[in-house]
Amino acid sequence: MRSTPTTRVRSRPIAPGSRPDVDTFDFQSVQLADVSRHFGRRRALSRVSLTLNGGDIVGLLGPNGAGKSTMIGLLATLAIPTSGEVRYGGRTAKEAGASLRQRIGLLAHELYLYPELSARQNLTFFADLYGLDSQTLVPAALERAGLADRADDDVHGFSRGMRQRLALERALIHNPRLVLFDEPFTGLDDSAVSIVSQRLRTLAASGSIVVVATHDLDIADGLVTRVALVREGKLLADEPSAGGLRSRYRSAIGAA
Amino acid sequence: MFVRTAILVLKKDLAIEVKTLEIVMTTLFFAVACVLVFSFAFVREGQAPPDAAPAILWIAVAFSGTLALGRTFERERYSETLRALLLAPAPRPALYVGKLLGMIVLLALDELVLVPLIAFLFGAPMFARPLFLLLFLAAGTLAFAAVGTLFAAMLIRSRTRDVLLPILLYPITVPVIICGVRGTAALLSSPVDEPTATMWLAILIAMDVVFVTLSLWTFEPLMSE
Amino acid sequence: MRKAFAPLAVVTGLLFAIAPFVIANAPYEQTMLLIQKIFYFHVPSWVAMYCGLIVAAIASILYLFKGSKAADRYAVSAAELIVVFGLNGLISGPLWARKAWGVWWQWDVKLTSALLLWLMFVAYLLVRKYGGPGSEKLAAVVAIFGAAVSPFVYVSVNIWRTMHPKTSVVPDIIKNPTTGFAGPLLLSMLAFVLLFCLLLMLRVRLAERQDALDELYLAYED
Repeated sequence: MRSTPTTRVRSRPIAPGSRPDVDTFDFQSVQLADVSRHFGRRRALSRVSLTLNGGDIVGLLGPNGAGKSTMIGLLATLAIPTSGEVRYGGRTAKEAGASLRQRIGLLAHELYLYPELSARQNLTFFADLYGLDSQTLVPAALERAGLADRADDDVHGFSRGMRQRLALERALIHNPRLVLFDEPFTGLDDSAVSIVSQRLRTLAASGSIVVVATHDLDIADGLVTRVALVREGKLLADEPSAGGLRSRYRSAIGAA
Repeated sequence: MFVRTAILVLKKDLAIEVKTLEIVMTTLFFAVACVLVFSFAFVREGQAPPDAAPAILWIAVAFSGTLALGRTFERERYSETLRALLLAPAPRPALYVGKLLGMIVLLALDELVLVPLIAFLFGAPMFARPLFLLLFLAAGTLAFAAVGTLFAAMLIRSRTRDVLLPILLYPITVPVIICGVRGTAALLSSPVDEPTATMWLAILIAMDVVFVTLSLWTFEPLMSE
Repeated sequence: MRKAFAPLAVVTGLLFAIAPFVIANAPYEQTMLLIQKIFYFHVPSWVAMYCGLIVAAIASILYLFKGSKAADRYAVSAAELIVVFGLNGLISGPLWARKAWGVWWQWDVKLTSALLLWLMFVAYLLVRKYGGPGSEKLAAVVAIFGAAVSPFVYVSVNIWRTMHPKTSVVPDIIKNPTTGFAGPLLLSMLAFVLLFCLLLMLRVRLAERQDALDELYLAYED
């Protein structure tokens, strides 16, 4: 695929079989520059500056209401900062246009699946929406999710774990550069957690920028390469992770 | 990209509807119930007041339309799939158009049943000018659905969306109702009053243009959180 | 803006002070006599209301597309004034109709259109109050649509109305002015428009203070 003339980075191939009319804007790093997000008197994020690079798994840690979900929403271009800028490879969401969203994948607690449709229909819809070749991609995704035999059953009959696996595939089907996971581990059993963790590691290894917001410190400890601690909308720390997460968290934020 | 996205969203909505038929059935029977309630309210000694037929038709469409709007967007709220749609690289107004087309299909199905029903109950010559009536229904439904889809989408995160939607929708769609009812009444009179009907239709079409344009224009800034 | 406030208040006060005298000296209209004089209060209310509509619509567009917080303050202030002045008109209208023609409400085109517009902006305020987070944008859309649909409301209600002639249609005094009406009417309209500007400035100022307070809270916590 051709890279757009203004990006100075080598463009990452989109998922195989994608249609040529899809734009290929790409970036290697994401930067939050003095970003704030307020709602009247309620502050969600306050002057956060952070750089996220490809290959990192960034753990966004903090207590409930700290602003993790807000930050994820801003990174996903779903929300606009009250002040400051979010830059993808140097360009803001407005400058980059709608094709920027081709490179962003989001998975939150709500899973974003249509319960009335089957697993196959859900994946096909989103694959088509992203301009991808659903014929080739969907069967492979169903395999990875371990749902090949339940492909044509409606999602509302699935267990939480099955939905999670399907939602994971849906979020990643377009091979995004920026992977945003908001509390992906809630309600998962051990094996599911390790599947998700392994997937994140693979993504980071292939150059994706992975951001995981969670308040589960134990899982984060074994997974993340960088740590961003937030509390009450402020970024308290941004450093490489080297184990001992819980104690570091406690000292920065207080008893978890 | 734009048209493709709109069609994809439409097909997705239709696929969901075909599986359960939930919204189709419930709004249809709601509309029929509306018609019956109004009939019992207005009919006296077996006689309906003049022009009751078009009035009841358009009121039933408006009421069941509001219900359908709420239910359709409830689906996108349930698993926050609206967020997933907004996240796609598609131009966001295309999502609006897809939803709008889905609403029009739904209301068209309702009208398919309501028109014969009202013709039957009131002996109204609904099929005197079938093409003209179709144009009226199309133009009026489009106007109502255009505003309704926009407002329903924007209220999706509101806790009070169920009650706010009618409050917002009804005053703004009053001219649509007036044009629809008066125009349909002109078509039902004997002899058919074509110049009057044409005039009302022209106003309706002008409203269609304004509403759809404004909706496409305001959808994007409205959808960011 | 601030500097204009005091002189504006003085001028408006003066206009309101002399208005009763000017109105009292205006000629009587033949059929309605004294009752007709409510028109010097009724019509300027509508003028002020439509001023509010223009401000609200433009401010809403600016807020929605440019994100201008100041525009949002103007929009909500104008919307409140639309409701207030509209209420004036909606109360004085039926009072006049009752005394002059014996009926409270005749579906007169101007009153009906104004009622619908008023309802739309009551809805605007309800959305702002009960719409949850982000309701300023929702309300802005309501204002834009309200302004855009007003001409259609007027046209459709007008044609609808004239097809159902009931009791007497409100005589169109403005179109056929008897000499001597124009002066007091213009004075009243000017007074009301200035009052609108005054109240708008006050309300915007209040909103600015509220926003400044929020900013202080935020800055304090930083």
